Amino acid sequence: MATAGGPLLRKTEAQQGSSAPASTGPETVEAVPLVLRINGHEHRVRLEPRVTLLDALRENLQLFGTKKGCDHGQCGACTVHVNGRRVNSCLTFAIMHQGDEITTIEGLERDGELHPVQAAFLEHDGFQCGYCTAGQMMSAAALMKEPCGPDDNDVRECMSGNICRCGAYTNIVAAVQQARRRA
Amino acid sequence: MQAFHYEKATEVAEAVHSAVEPGLKFIAGGTTLVDLMKLNVERPERLLDINSLPLDQIEATPEGGLKIGATVRNSDLAHHATVQRMYPVLGQALLSGASPQLRNMATTGGNLLQRTRCYYFRDTNYACNKRNPGSGCAAIDGYNRIHAVLGTSEHCVATHPSDMCVAMMALEAVIHIRGRRGERTVPVNEFYFIPGATPQRENALAANELITHVTLPPLANGTNSHYLKRRDRASYEFALASAAVVVRMQAGRMEHVRIAFGGIGTKPWRSVEAEHVLERQQPSQKVFRAAGEAALRGAKPLHDNAFKVELAKRTLIRALTVVTKNS
Repeated sequence: MATAGGPLLRKTEAQQGSSAPASTGPETVEAVPLVLRINGHEHRVRLEPRVTLLDALRENLQLFGTKKGCDHGQCGACTVHVNGRRVNSCLTFAIMHQGDEITTIEGLERDGELHPVQAAFLEHDGFQCGYCTAGQMMSAAALMKEPCGPDDNDVRECMSGNICRCGAYTNIVAAVQQARRRA
Repeated sequence: MQAFHYEKATEVAEAVHSAVEPGLKFIAGGTTLVDLMKLNVERPERLLDINSLPLDQIEATPEGGLKIGATVRNSDLAHHATVQRMYPVLGQALLSGASPQLRNMATTGGNLLQRTRCYYFRDTNYACNKRNPGSGCAAIDGYNRIHAVLGTSEHCVATHPSDMCVAMMALEAVIHIRGRRGERTVPVNEFYFIPGATPQRENALAANELITHVTLPPLANGTNSHYLKRRDRASYEFALASAAVVVRMQAGRMEHVRIAFGGIGTKPWRSVEAEHVLERQQPSQKVFRAAGEAALRGAKPLHDNAFKVELAKRTLIRALTVVTKNS
């Protein structure tokens, strides 16, 4: 019943499953040259159209700060900014983002100074295992420019797209509130 | 994931012309489509990216309503000044759906075409008449707590998952569609099909057509509206039951009552039955309860979702209590 399982597992099951739709499409499609602007730098890559922005960052550009959690837009670990807005990089294809300004956790600091959100997460210990932290901080940094109410409950709502399985939420909310006060 | 060819559309006319190619799908926000492609539920051979089309504007209409482009992002629509002022039910519905990240991606047109969250539709190991017509329905005898109680058939019991569309139903939105033969409009109330024997046919959009925009008619002064959503956690979850209500109070009585439900129907569920009970009545818990009873009279609960019948009634009662108090 559950829909867990990586893309490779899915594909195998789908090929065996009697109710899977027949494949009529191309087996592979040639990689195409792309220019992606990430953290202020242009990167030239060759990618198949089916490569997500998340996989391009991690597998092709060695930017491992952005994490893959669920790969289905349900956990927020892959949150990056596209033209200043936070999005799930697992649910969009890299080929759709030529000309966009992409910011990842590696680009959040400025001139060696931590972003106020990064400093606040350190101060408030806003993590345990750390796997969700890059996504949490990218969400928090975007939240500071969004219409979000002043209360802790408003922050919880505005941060609900980022799941933390360690349950560090109390400290995450405190960190986000401090970053907002100091910004 | 099935490999595909990718192109970027630059003109609406060209996009609609290309749409006759077999295996082609439009992509905008991608929040549903990319997810389903990873699950092999969707296997397009070509994607036509419509994000560069000039369909991202929100404008006032000459009649005093609102024109919403198909690629307007959910977050932009939710926070638009006119939506906040004139159509609060729509802003509330949008902000109750998904997460901030997803709302920054998801579009108005895409949300109208959002696919069900039925576990069995999303898993190709199971039979599903919607995904694979004629294969059966694993949900009817499976775990069906999240499934529909209204509009179901022996072939499909999947809910429509959108919050936005429920508000659009209560606001009587009109969907503007461009095809090769020109433009046409479909009222949102006529856009969705109940599954019947053909659950794979979900709406009136033909394979080669593109939603260009949606219009909302103006609401008379004094009209108030509200969206209430009930779910398993406080945020970032699909509705078990939701209600969109639009009411104008006139000399202590309810007029222009529009009621729609989410989470309980196989399509965003407008309830004319509830509206008839409420129209020209004074607000009271008794009349709200009667409206809920009328709306759910035809409900057919499954093994695990009988709770939805009472939950939907109470959701409506609570939404009506709020909207009539605020008026």
